[in-house]
Amino acid sequence: MTYLKMPLTLEKIKNIKAGSQIFLSGTIFSMRDKAHKKMVEENFYPLNLKNQIIFYMGPSPTRPGRKSGSCGPTTSARMDKWTPTFIKKTGIIGIIGKGERCQEVKAAMKGKVIYLLAFGGLGAFYAKCVKKSEIVLFKELGCEAVYKLEVENMPLIVAQDIKGESIL
Amino acid sequence: MKIIEAKNITSLVKKMCIKAAHELPSDVLLAIKKSQTKQKGLAKYLTALMLENAKIAKKELYPLCQDTGTSVLFVEIGTELFIKGNITKAIQEGVKQGYKEGYLRKSIVQDPLFKRKNTNDNTPAIIHYSFKEGDKLKLSLLLKGAGSENKSVLKMFAPSATIKDIKDFVLSAVKTAGASACPPFIIGIGIGGNFEHAALLSKKALLRKINNFNKNKLYAALEKDLLKEINKTKIGPQGLGGNISALGVFIEEEPCHTASLPVAVNIGCHVSRHITEVL
Repeated sequence: MTYLKMPLTLEKIKNIKAGSQIFLSGTIFSMRDKAHKKMVEENFYPLNLKNQIIFYMGPSPTRPGRKSGSCGPTTSARMDKWTPTFIKKTGIIGIIGKGERCQEVKAAMKGKVIYLLAFGGLGAFYAKCVKKSEIVLFKELGCEAVYKLEVENMPLIVAQDIKGESIL
Repeated sequence: MKIIEAKNITSLVKKMCIKAAHELPSDVLLAIKKSQTKQKGLAKYLTALMLENAKIAKKELYPLCQDTGTSVLFVEIGTELFIKGNITKAIQEGVKQGYKEGYLRKSIVQDPLFKRKNTNDNTPAIIHYSFKEGDKLKLSLLLKGAGSENKSVLKMFAPSATIKDIKDFVLSAVKTAGASACPPFIIGIGIGGNFEHAALLSKKALLRKINNFNKNKLYAALEKDLLKEINKTKIGPQGLGGNISALGVFIEEEPCHTASLPVAVNIGCHVSRHITEVL
């Protein structure tokens, strides 16, 4: 079991192996289909995502007085089309999602990006890991907006490590 | 003749949406609890998280899953019943109110291909009507997430297909569904009818209670067989391995054309959210 705290560097995570259990804390950014489409297809990257982790997730609305609505992962494969370009343009260091990636994405992640699995269908559980949440981009996209999240001890599994080894 | 006011249908549907999004049906919860005892290591830990999730959702009112789905309703109308008002409008209004007041995610886009603009109230719900003798109104609601729905498949077999062909088709669908459809699954299978009816049957099958097998012994045996074989795939919770890959396999069958054998597989995730109420 490894406790990771943002910000991260390749040096810090290079020895973490595929299959390891991770508890992640710190700032991450949620985004999914529509945000990827806009950023990649319009070549529009207003956020500095260098060495950041993105989370494929669209939350349920936050009840008053709460930090977040339910917020589990969505299917990563839907982002495959945009991911290689997205990695190249932003310099992200990690992706959190659900399920397998295509070969092109696996190759694009090797040496640069750690792919972490969050557990599907556990939105309520993950909501409790969120200490702060705010929309930082594409507010008009509703649940598909980009959220900046402060998470604490978010349980994950390494699906593909920096060396490119994968458990999927 | 019994009279039901449309506004009562609206308030019931609203409550059903909110309850379904936060509370797992008791049979599903029990099946997850039982499955925990049969597992070890990571699979057991992930199953414990599923139970923890269900607890938080119900107690603290966080939706079980952020994808609160497409709202699918099966509505059985008693022929001795008079509904005062427009039932379709009443149901849609109930969904709209439920998703707003329950802080549920609105996931429906108006145009599927070009604009894909969110309707912002999760309508339109998908409603299937049928009639039955009597004076009751039975409403069954499923909140169906896209992760599992996207992995569902339909095939028009030739009647020469063997039982093994059908089993292979179901197993291949389940394996393809993998981690992204949130196993352990509940699998709905529709056999017969025609192209659109097979799909409808497979959806309806997801309403069945765990361990309630098909009344026809042949189909019940096939359900048990498939459950065993799906568990043998070792997909496991979250697709990370383990001996429980499905909690239930339900087949609904219907007469069909002599030249056809339609088979539909509707993949259901472990957060199988459905509820039935009768007015």
